[in-house]
Amino acid sequence: MSILVNRDTRLLVQGITGREGAFHSEAMLAYGTNIVAGVTPGKGGQAALDGRVPVFDTVADAVEQTGANASVIFVPAAFAPDAMLEASAANVPLVVCITEGVPALDMLRVYHVLKQKGTRLIGPNCPGLTTVGEAKVGIIPGDIHRPGSVGLVSRSGTLTYEVVQAMTDAGMGQSTCVGIGGDPIVGTTFIDVLDLFNQDPETEAIVMIGEIGGEEEEKAAAFIAREVRKPMAAFIAGRTAPPGRRMGHAGAIISTTGGGTAESKRVALEKAGVRVADSPSHIPQLLRDAGVR
Amino acid sequence: MKLQEYRSKEILARHGVPLLDGVVATSPAEARAAAEEIGGPVVVKAQVLVGGRGKAGGVKLAATPDEAEARAGEILGLDIKGTTVKTLLVAPAADIAHEYYLGLILDRAARAITVIASAEGGVEIEETAKTNPDAILRLPLHPLIGLQEFEVRRIGFFLGIPAELRKDFGRAMHGLYDAFVGSDADLAEINPLVVTTDGRLLALDAKIVLDDSALARHPDLEAMRDLNEEEPSEIAAREAGISFIKLDGDIGCMVNGAGLAMTTMDLVKLAGGEPANFLDIGGGAKADKVTAAFRIILDDPNVKAILINIFGGITRGDEVARGIVEARANVQRDVPMVVRIVGTNSEEAKPILAEANLITADSLDDAAAKAVAAAKGAAA
Repeated sequence: MSILVNRDTRLLVQGITGREGAFHSEAMLAYGTNIVAGVTPGKGGQAALDGRVPVFDTVADAVEQTGANASVIFVPAAFAPDAMLEASAANVPLVVCITEGVPALDMLRVYHVLKQKGTRLIGPNCPGLTTVGEAKVGIIPGDIHRPGSVGLVSRSGTLTYEVVQAMTDAGMGQSTCVGIGGDPIVGTTFIDVLDLFNQDPETEAIVMIGEIGGEEEEKAAAFIAREVRKPMAAFIAGRTAPPGRRMGHAGAIISTTGGGTAESKRVALEKAGVRVADSPSHIPQLLRDAGVR
Repeated sequence: MKLQEYRSKEILARHGVPLLDGVVATSPAEARAAAEEIGGPVVVKAQVLVGGRGKAGGVKLAATPDEAEARAGEILGLDIKGTTVKTLLVAPAADIAHEYYLGLILDRAARAITVIASAEGGVEIEETAKTNPDAILRLPLHPLIGLQEFEVRRIGFFLGIPAELRKDFGRAMHGLYDAFVGSDADLAEINPLVVTTDGRLLALDAKIVLDDSALARHPDLEAMRDLNEEEPSEIAAREAGISFIKLDGDIGCMVNGAGLAMTTMDLVKLAGGEPANFLDIGGGAKADKVTAAFRIILDDPNVKAILINIFGGITRGDEVARGIVEARANVQRDVPMVVRIVGTNSEEAKPILAEANLITADSLDDAAAKAVAAAKGAAA
């Protein structure tokens, strides 16, 4: 019951010996994620996390010796573009970048290089993704989930946790939860993830969490109208946001010409048959109304 | 971060964009001296980051130094959409034969730097997009090889640049592109780019918006920040590493995460209240950040209640709870506080909050309703 990551994921952590990397690697291991390697340049040959994970100098070495097939990046923003390029160059098929504050022009180049190579990138500036009960890649708290058949995709971090918690509290389980990140240039879009959920036989319904800024939700709505036949609910953050101001996320800015507002996104999604909630806590009920158990 | 016109022009000039050098003035006397130095008719322009300064009387022609001094006196101190004018740019006046718009944006849809050009210069491009969309050329550039000669030619032909000025146009276009890339901009525009009656191509006005995420590697650009145009509370927040935007309501919000912070504001509104701010304390915040956030929220005299919504992940609930209790003891003004802490270490947070006698809530909907009720109670 999953997309992108599962029990077969062999995870490599770039920046495993850093403060964030070590803390979250511990939590990922505790969740049952199969972490096979860590990379910290200059610390090759050591072992991280109380000797449980071997550390390598380069991603290429780690892949060659452990067969890692996914990487999660916890390095500081100044080094994150290079880390993404290194993972892609070493033929890691899935790269998840948690790092916040990567300059947009760096991301532009990284995005296109990884795309040409066929590397799937999630993020940057994202909480990562979790396939419930199988693999947690990133920083989404493990204990808020309940296994089930609703797929969730979001541009946000803590707001994702809020929605997952509301679903779990209502007894509604999740298949995979994916945070795609709030930056203007991200590797994976709503449409990419919706397409995967749509084709996943074990995902029966989909929740999408958007926010003001850009037109990704509107484009997703067009895709949903065309392709998606599974029940869907959504929430869009930022109805009260003033135009022209950046609301924390670099991507969350309403252009002063009227595009990218919460209202335009809500209208587009409702036209595509998606039930749009006024509060995250209403999502389970909206899914039930759509026939989800 | 938005840059003032004179700063933007400084950057463009460094990259070879043809323009007329102006002089910055902060008093009528300085404006007179600037006009004398320049010689001939000048334009006195308010340096503000908000749009519509021309309509607001912030741009005026002056034929002589006397006039420049008088016009400067009129413009300085003017209130333009809430910003008081404190700085002027005195620049040589130009006789305009034709105006163009030339801009570059970080185009998230195309995942490219995109050229936007129009032969209808001098008006906002958003206006042209509405009234005459066919007059606009949108040209996404290759993200790995950048601006090419054939593209410069295409833009020049689209705009109808006179043949004898094509070389100058090339300098302007390449300069704009180099300035954009070199300063990590989100937006760089020349509006208007003009051809003068005596056949020169010049950038008369310019605007650059920088990518905040890249400022760390451009300390020279960070130094161009205009603190005059920021809310003091927003400056304090930035220094504390907090993301903050002041709004007009009376319910202060303190949240971790941008999306959740926006949602908290939305639910306050849904419950019949008005948020006083957007505030994201970021991931992993400890007591010191909570204290700073408190001070910033309470600095706003309109705030009648505070709603604190923390979903622990990296952030630990008990750390925030301790910060709240500590900060509350140290602030002058006490307003009702509704606290909701869930996620990592939220169980440990409960006794701390209970002891401090704070209003608590389990769900976000409940917290928003309680905050609205508290603000109304305080107002009555």
